Amino acid sequence: MESFLNRYRNITVLLLVIFAQLVLLAVQVKNDQHVRFIRVWAVTLVSPMARLVEGMRGSSLSFVRNYITLHDADAENRRLQAENDRLKLENIFLTNQLNTADRAKALQVFQQRTPSKTLAASVLSNGIGTSRNVVYVDRGSTSGVMQEMAVVTPDGIIGKVTNVYPGASEVLLITDSEFGAGVVSAKGHVHGTLKGGTPLCKVDFVAFEDKVEPGDWFYTSGDDRIFPRGMPVGVVKSVRPGQPYKEITLEPSGTARGLEDVLIVLEGIHQEIPDTPPANQQVYLAPPPPAITDSNPDTGAADGSAAPGARPSPGTQADEARALYQNAAEAAGIVLGGGPTGMVRTDRPPDFTKLPVDPRTVPSATQAPVRVPIPAKGTAPPAGMKGTGGPELKPTPDAVRRANQAAGGPGRMPPP
Amino acid sequence: MTYSGGRMLLSSQREGQVSRFRGWVTFLVPLLAILFQVYVPTLFPKMKFLEMPLLVVVYLGLMRRDPVSGLLVGAAVGLAQDSWSKNPLGMFGITKTLVGYFAASIGMKLDVDNVLMRFLLAFFFYVFHQAFYWVMERALLSHLSPFDLPSWLALGVLNALVGAALFHFLDKLRITA
Repeated sequence: MESFLNRYRNITVLLLVIFAQLVLLAVQVKNDQHVRFIRVWAVTLVSPMARLVEGMRGSSLSFVRNYITLHDADAENRRLQAENDRLKLENIFLTNQLNTADRAKALQVFQQRTPSKTLAASVLSNGIGTSRNVVYVDRGSTSGVMQEMAVVTPDGIIGKVTNVYPGASEVLLITDSEFGAGVVSAKGHVHGTLKGGTPLCKVDFVAFEDKVEPGDWFYTSGDDRIFPRGMPVGVVKSVRPGQPYKEITLEPSGTARGLEDVLIVLEGIHQEIPDTPPANQQVYLAPPPPAITDSNPDTGAADGSAAPGARPSPGTQADEARALYQNAAEAAGIVLGGGPTGMVRTDRPPDFTKLPVDPRTVPSATQAPVRVPIPAKGTAPPAGMKGTGGPELKPTPDAVRRANQAAGGPGRMPPP
Repeated sequence: MTYSGGRMLLSSQREGQVSRFRGWVTFLVPLLAILFQVYVPTLFPKMKFLEMPLLVVVYLGLMRRDPVSGLLVGAAVGLAQDSWSKNPLGMFGITKTLVGYFAASIGMKLDVDNVLMRFLLAFFFYVFHQAFYWVMERALLSHLSPFDLPSWLALGVLNALVGAALFHFLDKLRITA
């Protein structure tokens, strides 16, 4: 150090003297903002150093915090891992809940849309130990379930009830080889008999000259008097010529999404075979309609108030008629549908001659059916919603109930 | 040490003999120069162009051939000149510090006893002094004085002439070996 100073003594002294005089000048002179240069220079000199020191301090602290003091990193890692696992499970659970809710909504919409009287049921278990493809549902004879009742979903038919217990029922699935149902194609209205199978079913008794192509949709024909006419069965996967009948394989649509929630058709109502296949499987739930405040022609309340006990308007005209009759019966103190299917548990018959409605709006068996407009594909609600049946509505549930009684059994469908 | 004007560069360090002055000379001569700079222009405004303190600093730096001594003399003379003027302390101080340092440094290399060399050095340091002072004025005081190089050159010649005569007079005050 001493040799360094001796070597550069002259220039060192010069710089010191210059620096001292510069400081002397800076103390006296002010800049344009009337701030002394000594202050300006000091701030200018100190700021970068302070910034540098602060940066080094922050970096050091960050380094120490992130790399040195890792004593709780392992515990935190384990805690985060456990939290991540818990969130994953919760996510799966919520996803399942959401799917279940979606299915429940779909069933509810289908139930409201279809003219058939259905009963929602949940699949309890598979038929363990049996060689047949059967499942058990949580509805039995106490809920009005009978043998040979159809079991469907919004996507298509599932099977039929084969055995009934008080709290459960055995359902023979469409995938069982013993399953059979009458079907009809949507395009050529070719009739055939569905035979169950895994994974594809067969359609028998389709004549050689009948025109069936892969991609055609088959619907229930109602010939078996189990499944109401017009319910989707599946789509044709392959067609081979044969003598005297064609060999047609069909992929069932009802089991495409698995079996968890199903509908048991208590009272089937035949529908038309739709011209277009059920392309869109999504279910759109529109927001509830606003409350009716003006005159309601359905309830006949001209003063703007609904009739006592009036229910919200159902989706189809048949349901509206049913609601109308039920409202009238309840107003008279009579309970409809409380007993066995199709029976009226009352001491006196209800008087339906004084319905609070314009007779012109009441559908009848002789009245021309009302065509329900089907929304275009891609619009809300989406087209092809299951259970809406064809564009034309068929007889009301009361008419079907009467027909069932005339046919001799509530569980047996009338011929289409 | 020879006083012949035939050579301007010293062939070796030994040729550059350090001139010594008595203490009162080192103190009194700069003081007289500063007083001259302060009072004479008030009596004779035409003498304002003379920069006597600068010439004294240049002479002492050249003769003593010690940069530290030269810059200290320059700083002292400059600060004293600042104290007598309206400038902030340090304007002339810094300028004359550099002049003293460079004069002493050059004096170690050149034959400063040569009259022509003295003239040239006096001229050069006057212009350097004016230019550096102009820079400091602009940088520190925000004085936008004009960069009047022709005037500096002309006054530099005059100061160099006066300086050559002054250096000859001051040579008589030094202590020779």
